Amino acid sequence: MADKKLAIIATKGTLDWAYPPFILASTASALGYQTCIFFTFYGLQLVKKKLDLKVSPLGNPGMPMPMGMNKWFPVLGTTIPGMEGMMTTMMKQKIKAKGVATIDELRDLCVEAEVRLVGCQMTIDLFDIKRDELLDNIELGGAATFFEFAGDADVTLFI
Amino acid sequence: MADFDQELDARGLNCPLPILRAKKALNDLGDGQVLRIMATDPGSVKDFEAFAQQTGNTLLESNEDNGEFHFLLRKNG
Repeated sequence: MADKKLAIIATKGTLDWAYPPFILASTASALGYQTCIFFTFYGLQLVKKKLDLKVSPLGNPGMPMPMGMNKWFPVLGTTIPGMEGMMTTMMKQKIKAKGVATIDELRDLCVEAEVRLVGCQMTIDLFDIKRDELLDNIELGGAATFFEFAGDADVTLFI
Repeated sequence: MADFDQELDARGLNCPLPILRAKKALNDLGDGQVLRIMATDPGSVKDFEAFAQQTGNTLLESNEDNGEFHFLLRKNG
């Protein structure tokens, strides 16, 4: 039987949204899927050599905040300078405390499992991203490159 | 207790790490050999069933003991 195939488009560049593509891709590989992730727009943050991902409570009413802050804290409070840094630090502490993998770790596992990583050339041009800011082992390509792989994929996800 | 050839301590690790570590450990085992996995992630119970089912390996045993989960996974082919 031919391997199953999983194609993912990763469009988000925050610490929380970095998890689904890497968790699913690494797990799919362990299950024997051929896997490809196409990183476009803010998703390209996930293939920078040096990851600097943050999480923001701003505009995110679903985000649990420590000490019930989301209950009594005015929405405007989430715009206070330093809030993003504080929430990012707290999230990273939680991740560590609960034995959840770091994004670096999951990404390494994907690379090791030969998940195909493709960066969107158009986004790179649009945001003036330098090639050497991105992982050496990613390919660059466009929408047609994605469909070449995704065209006969068994599972396709837009994240 | 059933025999096993190798042991993997995945205690304290959360999804998907127990599965990924188990997959890696299985790579080093031969056909018919058995891997014992210890985990604390409650989600791993369903996940190891699903892993075995999709990879063609056999989940010989799945037990809970005092908040710890123990699995025996036989590598097939």
